[in-house]
Amino acid sequence: MQELSVRHLLGIKDITPQDIQLIFETADNFKDVLNRPIKKVPSLRDITIANVFFENSTRTRLSFELAEKRLSADVINFSSSGSSVKKGETLLDTVNNILAMKVDMIVMRHSSPGAPHFLSKHIPANIVNAGDGTHEHPTQALLDSFSIRERLGEVAGKKVVIIGDILHSRVALSNIFALQMQGAEVMVCGPITLLPKYIQQLGVKVETNVRKALEWCDVANVLRIQLERQQMKYFPSLREYTLYYGIDKKLLDSLNKEIVLMHPGPINRGVELSSDAADSHHSIILNQVENGVAVRMAVLYLLAQKG
Amino acid sequence: MQKRLIVNHQLLDIMVMRLCHQLIENHGDFSDSVILGLQPRGKYVAQRIQSTLSSILGKQVPIGLLDTTFHRDDFRRRDTPITANATKIDFLVEGKNVILVDDVLYTGRSVRAALDAMIAYGRPASVELLVLIDRLYTRHLPIQPTYVGRKVNSLLSQRVLVEWKGQQAEEDAIWLITKTDE
Repeated sequence: MQELSVRHLLGIKDITPQDIQLIFETADNFKDVLNRPIKKVPSLRDITIANVFFENSTRTRLSFELAEKRLSADVINFSSSGSSVKKGETLLDTVNNILAMKVDMIVMRHSSPGAPHFLSKHIPANIVNAGDGTHEHPTQALLDSFSIRERLGEVAGKKVVIIGDILHSRVALSNIFALQMQGAEVMVCGPITLLPKYIQQLGVKVETNVRKALEWCDVANVLRIQLERQQMKYFPSLREYTLYYGIDKKLLDSLNKEIVLMHPGPINRGVELSSDAADSHHSIILNQVENGVAVRMAVLYLLAQKG
Repeated sequence: MQKRLIVNHQLLDIMVMRLCHQLIENHGDFSDSVILGLQPRGKYVAQRIQSTLSSILGKQVPIGLLDTTFHRDDFRRRDTPITANATKIDFLVEGKNVILVDDVLYTGRSVRAALDAMIAYGRPASVELLVLIDRLYTRHLPIQPTYVGRKVNSLLSQRVLVEWKGQQAEEDAIWLITKTDE
């Protein structure tokens, strides 16, 4: 009998390799559920989950919402636009009001790093971090590793390069922690202005030439250029970024090897990935989306057992 | 802990053979019938039943493994967490005569969860329950087996353990275990 070592999923940094293993094994079973004629189980029928999104997100919220509904939980959605947050209400007050409606779990996205950690110290509900600022996005990292494991059999020993805007990415940090925890080698690749200064101290390789990075890796996880999170220009133009860091089918074919292409979405088609690369046999982008629901079901299910 | 042998491997062989003949009386050549073993421990019983039926009938009887974890009614109410097992059913149960197979029938809650879980694979024509051991007077729900290996009267402090050769046991055996305070 196994259980998670934590009550909240705040970041990959807080969990253990055994937790990841348990989440993956449970997600395998939920993936099976999702492929049945009736894609629903009654496990969380007595639980209410609030999706509290202080920052815009469509696919993560949809993925969580679907996971919650597939587990038969009651779901309420809160988004800060048009809410009392705009009238000056504090984060704690907002969440306490939601909790007063007898909510058991909170899935939370916030633009400030550490916001879910702060809440976890003040409220009794289980909290799942659905992305906090440029800090962590643990369920995305879990579904990425799950997808690599599904395609390549295992994560241990694989070489994974994360390409793009590492500086503004919460996906990159969670992925680095998750991949290393499972025994993969990790490299980051991007323009020097989009690489955090001391990133090597996390034990990752650093490369600024995308071709060299692709020649080294088994898996390329390409990130979106997050124009909305950039306060200043980090590269001269999108055209120049595409020229130096964009991946297309021609580049992939010239490598003469099989690599797995990933992207957390949404893709800026024609910027970090060309359409012919994104839709090629290398790509497991849609598998990532499918696996996202199963992995999130596993996380919610296992946290619910922790009460 | 006291451990008392209630069925040895010879008796267990006879018991399985008798259950298989009872099944053949009702299901003929199994052309419209399937076996579903309940995970985790009903799996071994189902596999033994299937191999015995195959040797008698000279054909493979369809078998699936059904996990009931996500359909249990004691989720978040147990002291220990429940770990899910794999469900492996590569056929639809729609219109089939289903035989649910488990090792021990106790409160009936696992079987209730199994009925719920099974519906995700279609609407069966009929459902029967086969168990090796029926623990009497312990049911929480109105569920009764169709085929029984042996009926056992036991205390709440006791449990029944079915061991299979090759699965951490040297011989097939069924034990009645009494927990003591020591």
